[in-house]
Amino acid sequence: MSNKKNKKLTPTQQQYQAFAKAREPEPSVVRNCLRAFLVGGLICTFGQALQMMFINYFNFTEETAGDPTVAVLIIISTLLTGFGMYDHIAQWAGAGTIIPVTGFANTVASASIEHRSEGFVLGVGGNMFKLAGSVIAYGVFSAFVVAIIKITIQALGGM
Amino acid sequence: MQKGHQSWTFNSKPVIISSAAVGGPFEAEGAVADDFDMLHQDLWLGQDSYEKAEKKLLEQACEIAIQKADMKKEDIQFFISGDLMNQIISSSFAARTLGAPYLGIFGACSSSMEGLAIGSLLIDSKSANYVLAGASSHNAAVEKQFRYPTEYGSQKPPTAQWTVTGAGTALLSQQGNGPRVTSATIGRVIDMGLSDPFNMGGAMAPAAVDTIEAHFRDLNIEPSYYDLIATGDLGKIGHQIAGDLLTEHGIEIPKDILTDCGLLIYKEEQPVIAGGSGCGCSATVTYGHLLNRMKKGELKRILVVATGALLSPLSYQQKESIPCIAHAVSIEMS
Repeated sequence: MSNKKNKKLTPTQQQYQAFAKAREPEPSVVRNCLRAFLVGGLICTFGQALQMMFINYFNFTEETAGDPTVAVLIIISTLLTGFGMYDHIAQWAGAGTIIPVTGFANTVASASIEHRSEGFVLGVGGNMFKLAGSVIAYGVFSAFVVAIIKITIQALGGM
Repeated sequence: MQKGHQSWTFNSKPVIISSAAVGGPFEAEGAVADDFDMLHQDLWLGQDSYEKAEKKLLEQACEIAIQKADMKKEDIQFFISGDLMNQIISSSFAARTLGAPYLGIFGACSSSMEGLAIGSLLIDSKSANYVLAGASSHNAAVEKQFRYPTEYGSQKPPTAQWTVTGAGTALLSQQGNGPRVTSATIGRVIDMGLSDPFNMGGAMAPAAVDTIEAHFRDLNIEPSYYDLIATGDLGKIGHQIAGDLLTEHGIEIPKDILTDCGLLIYKEEQPVIAGGSGCGCSATVTYGHLLNRMKKGELKRILVVATGALLSPLSYQQKESIPCIAHAVSIEMS
């Protein structure tokens, strides 16, 4: 805990928090990393296999095969979310299922399902990007900043 | 009658003439499934939203308690209830169905014992003859409001708890047969500065300890007075902390006496992480399992200390810490 946060706490609170902390089980970082590596790696290997399938059997090139590959992963992830299996896999896999594109599909699908009871407009439409919205907003903004930097360097004769 | 700083003793000893516990599919696989009056296989209860399903749970718990006492819903003079939904809709909507004069309360997961304490006070002061007290929670409705969508694939930490899908009610009266409510201790709001909504047990443990201490001080009794002291929903971690904190404060409660409803309700192998939580946790375990054990003669005197975390989804996003409360009610078999 940072010192800034500690300053706001009374000595009794600080004492209790240390007392409670000692009794809380720590999430196992090594185990979680291994599982994330394993599951994340499996998803990526599967994605690679899909890409090769699209190149070898469906006349895609290395550049264009990315789109159908991602689409298939998204569809599988959304279906697993809908059947109520994704969250159970994720509890085991942790970052392994969140980081790949499957995690993004899950955030959109889960929020849509969750708010179906409030109707299609205020519910599904309004809440679909509840979790994914900030990823899109900051992702697009970061891409914009990086593009500006690239253009500036190029204009100055770099690269 | 007020006793000490924050306790009431009920001289007329209001009687719990009947009680009911209704649960969902996960509770049906739990450790105390036999003590539920009704269990649902469908998390939706045939409704089109989880919020409506929770209301239905509470309505059924009311119905069953009234039926068991051989009464009609018109006989209920006051209905006191609370839940975790915004604006306590489950309780208010169930009260609409019941049609009885209604007091809606909010003490988060401590609502069950808050309701029982207020109900007993009404009976003891002869302000009513039949009071129905209840509380409910629904796993999916609560997760939706307080945390992430139910199907969202985030990994929960080992301190996280599982919200109980269930509702419990108790019907109190001035006369009749059954376990009697003898005293209650109303808790203070305790905030130890913890702000992790995935560690409610750790946040609520000091509130439970504060109320337990106050109860023994106000009533001038020893922990050995009780056969069982059950906290509401501290879970594994909170239970451990509360036990150690009590020892540190010089109150020794034997391990077999101090327990937690969040630990009693589910089986060890169920994936509930640190244990059960929610209004329905203490309500169903107390009004089902614990009262049944009292009627069987296994327990004579129990103290139920329902714990509540008084946060809102907004307050923790604004980085507020979690204020907590606990209310204790003593139930004895005469």
